[in-house]
Amino acid sequence: MKMIVCVKQVPDTAEVRIDPVTHTMIRDGVPSILNPEDANALEESLRIKDRHPGAKVIALTMGPPQAQAMLRECLAMGADEAVLLTDRAVAGADTWATANTIASAIRALGGAELIFVGRQAIDGDTAQVGPQLAERLGLPQVTYVQKLTTLEDGLLQVERRMEQGYEVLRVRTPVLLSAVKELNAPRCLSILGICEAYEKEIKILSIQDLDITPADTGLNASPTKVYRTFTPKTERAGVLWEEDAGRMAGKLLTALREKHVI
Amino acid sequence: MSVSQSASSSQNVWVFAELRDGVLAPVVMELLGEGRKLADTLGHKLCAVLLTGSSDSRLHSQLAGYGADRIYSAAHPLLAHYTTDGFAAVLTELILQESPEIVLFGATHVGRDLAPRIAARVNTGLTADCTSLDIDPETGNLRQTRPAFGGNLMATILCPVRRPQMSTVRPGVMDKAVFLEGRSAEIIPICPALKEEQIRTQLIQAVSETLHQVSLSEARVIVSGGLGLGGPEGYELLKKLAGRLGGTIGASRAAVDAGWIDPTRQVGQTGTTVKPDVYIACGISGAIQHLAGMKGSKIIIAINTNREAPIFEVADYGLVGDYKEVIPAILERLERTIS
Ligand SMILES: Cc1cc2nc3c(=O)[nH]c(=O)nc-3n(C[C@H](O)[C@H](O)[C@H](O)COP(=O)(O)OP(=O)(O)OC[C@H]3O[C@@H](n4cnc5c(N)ncnc54)[C@H](O)[C@@H]3O)c2cc1C
Repeated sequence: MKMIVCVKQVPDTAEVRIDPVTHTMIRDGVPSILNPEDANALEESLRIKDRHPGAKVIALTMGPPQAQAMLRECLAMGADEAVLLTDRAVAGADTWATANTIASAIRALGGAELIFVGRQAIDGDTAQVGPQLAERLGLPQVTYVQKLTTLEDGLLQVERRMEQGYEVLRVRTPVLLSAVKELNAPRCLSILGICEAYEKEIKILSIQDLDITPADTGLNASPTKVYRTFTPKTERAGVLWEEDAGRMAGKLLTALREKHVI
Repeated sequence: MSVSQSASSSQNVWVFAELRDGVLAPVVMELLGEGRKLADTLGHKLCAVLLTGSSDSRLHSQLAGYGADRIYSAAHPLLAHYTTDGFAAVLTELILQESPEIVLFGATHVGRDLAPRIAARVNTGLTADCTSLDIDPETGNLRQTRPAFGGNLMATILCPVRRPQMSTVRPGVMDKAVFLEGRSAEIIPICPALKEEQIRTQLIQAVSETLHQVSLSEARVIVSGGLGLGGPEGYELLKKLAGRLGGTIGASRAAVDAGWIDPTRQVGQTGTTVKPDVYIACGISGAIQHLAGMKGSKIIIAINTNREAPIFEVADYGLVGDYKEVIPAILERLERTIS
């Protein structure tokens, strides 16, 4: 089985701070990491490979050249190949344009039986690229996958996380799945894996290698535009509220959601 | 590759009427409340789109009561359960046929599965998990505001050219529409031509889960109660909150000494040291021995009637109030969000 895992390098948003004077985001010194739920998607693909020798796992990312560091990490975890799609023409793409571009890269790689993505990236939190990619590739999708079992010849059984429970679904490959963190605990990097990762080559693609044109990707092709950004009036850590219970409850839940704790 | 619609011919504000076990998900009322404002500003109609296994007049009168001027009601046996393929096919066809100006979905597990699939198919923009929506008075465009970077930044997004403008909206944020008994709506019945082969996922089972008890040291969320609970029955409320958040309950020594709760639940110097993601201290003063066992928690929330209580000094979020009022308010809002 051939599997392509779509991964993204993201700033560790838990480390992002707001400058108290300029009210802008301080990104200097914020570590870049493999998006956590993409690590779950990669881990699950590697587990399938462990069970089915001969299966192949390709880590694919679209991003700046620095994203190679993250791809090395994917290789060290056990991915067989790593592919970086990097081109100025793709910069500023929204989810629609990103999905067009990644779909094209997947076609350039000859497609796969399983396309695995993380549910959402922690910088944008949209959870849109997975389904949009499935649409572009004409594949069925199952999002919020918390458990995966491979049945006989190309039949998968998956649990799809819902707000209060889950659904058990069956679907045939080729298919796109999106992973949630409940799916597994990603493996640690081994010394051997890290050494081997540096011997593997990272394949670099540019838009010339794809079946799309600059009109299908990047900032200008994106249907959505960022009109403005601003820092929220976040209550500083250590806030004290003394008001109506309902209002305090609302503020608390909003704050907890922003921090991804609920 | 684009077959998207131009801005000039489109009209009306649509709301996807998501169902949970056959009843309207609470977010639908919130979408109708918000959709009403947008539709009124634009001078458009507010329309609900309902997909069901068979036509359901009870749902029609509810949607009408909550303010829908028009209801597109698609009924087909293959729409009895949510499937990405079935719902995306029917909604896409309807959107292409009717050219709405705006389409709103709840940012639920269904909405966030369905909306991007449709947005890709009709080649329009989609903004995820919006917390505020309004109309730009000059251009008439929808301004969609949402958090990014873990809530460190807010971004306002526009979809200036393509139509419809699509958003998923975070549950529990917008005000619910007010229900008016006897309001009527224009019903447009739709008989979709769906075939079994179009639906490529097969539902084997739907499981609803009630969360079980977790041990103190492993819990990600601990809701802890002290003498301020006033009696053992206070823990019932705490258990409810813990259950909702996938956590467990803890206690101060004073509450244990009072015999209100099992000693295994004690947090502190002489109890268990805990480091959960979230620690919620209810009716706990914050004695140094208690703090010793929980101050390593990632986020500390304190609910206490006394604004001078030392627990507030270590709390990230301090709520001055009676836990008997504050916890039910939290539960009520969580309920809205979850369903
Ligand atoms: C050697 C030693 C070891 C100890 N080890 C521990 C330990 O491991 N763990 C531990 O917890 N303690 C320990 N203690 C005890 C500790 O000193 C405190 O006595 C104890 O923690 C107080 O418990 P409390 O906060 O529940 O009660 P109190 O101090 O009586 O506080 C009750 C709080 O509830 C608030 N309240 C009242 N009504 C309401 C309401 N309706 N809604 C909201 N808030 C309300 C009040 O404002 C007050 O702040 C130890 C003490 C000693 C001497």
